[in-house]
Amino acid sequence: MATRLDAGGANGHARVAYVNARLIDPASGLDAAGGVLTEGETIADLGPGLFRSGVPPGVERVDCKGMCLAPGIVDMRVQLREPGEEHKETIATGGAAAVAGGVTSMVCLPNTEPVIDDVAVVEFIARRAREVKRAKVYAYAAATRGLKGRDITEMGLLTEAGAVGFTDGVRAIADAGVMRRALSYATTFGALIVQHPEEPALAGGAMNEGEVATRLGLGGIPPAAEAIIVGRDLRLVELTGGRYHVAHVSTAETVELVRRAKARGLAVTCDTAPPYFALNEIAVGDYRSFAKLSPPLRGEEDRQAVVAGLVDGTIDAIASDHAPQDQDSKRLPFVQAEFGGIGLETLLALSLELYHNRKLGLIDVMRRLTDAPARILGLKAGRLMKGAAADLVLFDPDRPWVVEERAIRSKSKNTPFERRPVQGMALRTVIDGRTVFQA
Amino acid sequence: MSAALTAISSAGPAPLRFPHRHLLGIEGLSAGEITFLLDLADSYVQQNREADKKSTILRGRTIINLFFENSTRTRTSFELAGKRLGGDVINMSVSTSSIKKGETLIDTAMTLNAMHPDVLVVRHPDSGAVALLSQKVNCSVINGGDGSHEHPTQALLDALTIRRRRGKLDGLLVAICGDILHSRVARSNIQLMQIMGARVRLIAPPTLLPACAERLGAEVFHDMRKGLAGCDIVMMLRLQTERMQGSFVPSIREYFRFFGLDYEKLSVAKPDALIMHPGPMNRGVEIDSEVADDIDRSVIREQVEMGVAVRMAVLDALTRDRGQRNAPPGK
Repeated sequence: MATRLDAGGANGHARVAYVNARLIDPASGLDAAGGVLTEGETIADLGPGLFRSGVPPGVERVDCKGMCLAPGIVDMRVQLREPGEEHKETIATGGAAAVAGGVTSMVCLPNTEPVIDDVAVVEFIARRAREVKRAKVYAYAAATRGLKGRDITEMGLLTEAGAVGFTDGVRAIADAGVMRRALSYATTFGALIVQHPEEPALAGGAMNEGEVATRLGLGGIPPAAEAIIVGRDLRLVELTGGRYHVAHVSTAETVELVRRAKARGLAVTCDTAPPYFALNEIAVGDYRSFAKLSPPLRGEEDRQAVVAGLVDGTIDAIASDHAPQDQDSKRLPFVQAEFGGIGLETLLALSLELYHNRKLGLIDVMRRLTDAPARILGLKAGRLMKGAAADLVLFDPDRPWVVEERAIRSKSKNTPFERRPVQGMALRTVIDGRTVFQA
Repeated sequence: MSAALTAISSAGPAPLRFPHRHLLGIEGLSAGEITFLLDLADSYVQQNREADKKSTILRGRTIINLFFENSTRTRTSFELAGKRLGGDVINMSVSTSSIKKGETLIDTAMTLNAMHPDVLVVRHPDSGAVALLSQKVNCSVINGGDGSHEHPTQALLDALTIRRRRGKLDGLLVAICGDILHSRVARSNIQLMQIMGARVRLIAPPTLLPACAERLGAEVFHDMRKGLAGCDIVMMLRLQTERMQGSFVPSIREYFRFFGLDYEKLSVAKPDALIMHPGPMNRGVEIDSEVADDIDRSVIREQVEMGVAVRMAVLDALTRDRGQRNAPPGK
């Protein structure tokens, strides 16, 4: 149903053979040595036995040297800041960051200026993405006009224009009546409602409520602010039969609520982002505004529950929750600093920590980055399959590196992971058969 | 327990100089360092009672009082402290006008830094703002109160007041009552009193207590009569007007009835318990006028006097052995 917003670059019928790869395709459960043949923009063939008798003449040969070749990452939650805040990020700089991180498709939030609540803005994003020719860009449209939380948007027209779901971005759809209407109306088009789960009346603070906030004299946001909205929304999903997705799950209670809802058979999915399984509130340290995120970094018990939710599959997907903020928005007293951290370039490596820490198998980590988000969004992406778009990432799951500000491609440098040693690096990113990034 | 261990666990040996460049909070200070500041302050109490109150320790030094929040008492106290030590003191009140002009905290810090001050005394409405500013300047920074975080000179002057009255802090039972949630005075005092061996109780309605207050090492009470029982020291906190009318407590009269300090509630404390308040007081809100003015029990005015001495001690301690860089050449 979703329409890709950029047409991609045609490169005729050039054929490329990726040989000596470790193929990883979570959708089919494939994890084996083999090769992929791309022809033009699509995958023409793949499998363990491919190229056994050599690469045919006239085909470009790429030796993967035993590294992992997987579907390109589908990042279901990014803020690209274009239009409106191009000093923080643009579709071009965000696109460059994405492909360097192995991301071939990303979905941007509607909290731009103007807001993506109108067909014209959806079309603008599509046109810009076509011009930029980096990662494919899809858009969520606003669930309510102007993100004001009152009147629902033209969900039918916006879906036709290519919007892959509806959300109020970094704001919760707070009013229960509005949420009910959005979920209910969206069923007409089978559209997905994505919630930023945070009760605004409890979210006046600057970080997680608890001992650290108390010591620092900062206002707290209790974990209950998340569970209250998710618990309420799940009741509304039962009432309406809507499709509901919880963004960036950060608390134990939310994991448990979603676990139980899934057990009851509700059409509910959720994602989390690396900060919520790789960091806890201690990272705020001495008022580090780069660790001021929304939802806030939680306590260690919540972090462990998020890991457990990823392990048992309650949490379907991992998204970067890429939220670029410039210096002026972050070099401020903690209370005044904006929320958010960038994440496109660290998404793969931080997700692979789950593999290196023996929490998840490599194929399961990749599932949460590729096939799972693609299925939730109804995108034809995230699979190694004959006839599918040749969106690939070649990566070394073990290559060590250190997150450093100076190497960041994103226009804003606000990573909460500065100086963290990580493992796993994208070596080559291919979109529609075209190599758009090489390490 | 050996004598050496006792010395460390109580006040500890006072060092010969103060090893920190800034005074951003009580957190991180040792008992010995606090004792050093209190001893130094004690000597200034005497100086301040002489006819000639002035010395020349800070001659040639520039102290800037940078206040992003209204304050008369603390600013005056620092100003007086600097002048009595012979320093040049400049007061800068950064009202919202500069903020409207788009100048950020860091811009302000850089600008002032270029003027080569020796000490910046900073008050700011946001927690952590003073620490942030201190990272951008070459001089010493004294936290004159940051948001709900810390107000270290207030805790030091409270400690000095208590020590002069009781001879020690070790072993005392200190009750801190009122708006703990928003209070930087409370956070600094909770730490200082415990570092110095006192036990701390917090008494407030739950709406005026931060989450996990008990994790700060203090005992938490919601009932004044229970919390004050057997206390040596009763510290009252100011309740901001805007928090009295339903947002945190329903009304002034209800607050005073249950949490205001009057003789009846005070009767369960030790008979000689001292009454303290960082000022300015809301008479009839958190404290009964008669109690506040009780010359046998209330040390509220003494706190103000100790404030100047403590700030002189802090200015002295932070500028000792740091003069050469900023001293005029050839001198």
